[in-house]
Amino acid sequence: MSVAAAVARDDLLATDDLSAYYGERKAVGNVSIAFARKAVTALIGPSGCGKTTLLRCLNRIHEVGFDARVEGRVLLDGHDIYGNDVDPMAIRRRVGMVFQRPNPFPTLSILDNTLACAGKGLKRRQKIDCAERALRAAALWDEVKDKLRSSPLRLSGGQQQRLCIARAVAAEPEVLLMDEPTASLDPIATAVIEELMGSLTDEFTIVAVTHNMQQAARVSDYTAFMLADADGIGRIVEVDETAKLFTKPGDRRTEDYITGRFG
Amino acid sequence: MVRAAPNAPSLSLGRRRAYGALGTGLALFCAMLAAGALLVILGYVIVQGARAINWDFLTQLPHPVGVPGGGVGNGILGTFIIIGLATLMAVPIGLLTGIYLALFGRGPIPEALRFLSDVLSGVPSIAIGLFAYAVLVAPLKHFSAISASFAFMMLMLPLLVRTSEQAIRSVPQTVREGALALGMSNFRATVRIVLPTARPAIITALLLAIARVTGETAPLLFTAFGSQFWETNPNNPMATLALQVFTYAISPYPDWQAQAWGGALVLIVAVFVLSLGARLMLRRAMRGLDS
Repeated sequence: MSVAAAVARDDLLATDDLSAYYGERKAVGNVSIAFARKAVTALIGPSGCGKTTLLRCLNRIHEVGFDARVEGRVLLDGHDIYGNDVDPMAIRRRVGMVFQRPNPFPTLSILDNTLACAGKGLKRRQKIDCAERALRAAALWDEVKDKLRSSPLRLSGGQQQRLCIARAVAAEPEVLLMDEPTASLDPIATAVIEELMGSLTDEFTIVAVTHNMQQAARVSDYTAFMLADADGIGRIVEVDETAKLFTKPGDRRTEDYITGRFG
Repeated sequence: MVRAAPNAPSLSLGRRRAYGALGTGLALFCAMLAAGALLVILGYVIVQGARAINWDFLTQLPHPVGVPGGGVGNGILGTFIIIGLATLMAVPIGLLTGIYLALFGRGPIPEALRFLSDVLSGVPSIAIGLFAYAVLVAPLKHFSAISASFAFMMLMLPLLVRTSEQAIRSVPQTVREGALALGMSNFRATVRIVLPTARPAIITALLLAIARVTGETAPLLFTAFGSQFWETNPNNPMATLALQVFTYAISPYPDWQAQAWGGALVLIVAVFVLSLGARLMLRRAMRGLDS
């Protein structure tokens, strides 16, 4: 499916000729890709191909880094999130993010982590309800309901990552970005997160970076294959429905990658 | 060096062993020398000071020359007041400057701030005392505890600025990005998430800064000046422990000299407790950060 055809779908998020830089170095070049609403789109590709950088442009967290900048547009529901009058903080409320390594806030309790950016102005009881909804959505509630006041650092890595998902979900975003969310987890914790990703699409549009092709095949509806060109600039090679991309890739390079000939 | 090949060592095994032993021995000797000097000083102060210390010494006003007894109670109180006021002034300024440097630490202004802070930390404390004299004592025409606090604040600031910047920077970037990715503002992410994570390290720095000024005497000579009374008004001259040690130590009277040792012991114990507290906090901070 071409990019033009993708736009015709019911897409919530799309990039238009998006390039990302670290200082003078162009890390992602002229990417135009659309992400289908309430579906999982996987970004795959070898290390250093710009997947994470592309993902970080979608909630304007890329620009937090020193000397990092973006060219082009990112359209969220048709509006450019890099527009002049757009507040990045407002965008990050609508586009949540889960990072490669679990990063719960070490000084806040499990409850306060979940409510770090939600439940403002609610009464105590309502706050706990709000946290419960988010923790249930992240399939963590049953494991932490008796220790909401304790430190998140006492949870396992997989539980910490689900807490981070709950924290992102609690802010009620429209899009959830996941940057290799299982990279630091064991296979069992990974399976739990993967299952979770499937159920989260009832409410959220998910874009997930992974360098694990099996994972992309298992969890995603659409897959985009990225590759760095000769100048080291990350570009999209191909986007398609996951089943089709893995069985009948349209590009030779995609085929080489998924059959394990490089990367 | 160029011609050294793996199978052609330039020294025989025996000589290499001898060199190694010699180096280790020298290093150990120097380490013992440094630690030994400290232990001798400590031991001497403890032996001399312990004789002077009793409950009256810690709680009484100084007695005039020739009258037995008396203590440094007002000096201890004065030390608390002056350092307390200095801390109240230094913490907000030092912490906010540290936050500024950690968040917006690039460019000419932050670089200049860092440089000035380093220079300030190298300025002799007596020069800082003179400055406090020039801006607070001379214009007001009287010595005061608050001018001493001002001098102490200047001594504490560079330490607080640089260490709080370091502490904030040492919080993993992933934690800060996690907060920003939730839509928190830069400042809120720093105050609510990053600062609490860095708190043990910042408290450590504060304790070390307090320990540093506790023993300072030079800037007090022409700011706090000293007092024979229970003085609590920061606008008046005030006694401090370090000043009393200084006055007593250079006096020709044996009973005052004995009390100087007592005062010195109290100071050393205070600094020891502060340093120990700082180390404990730091250990907690390290443990908190690696998980």
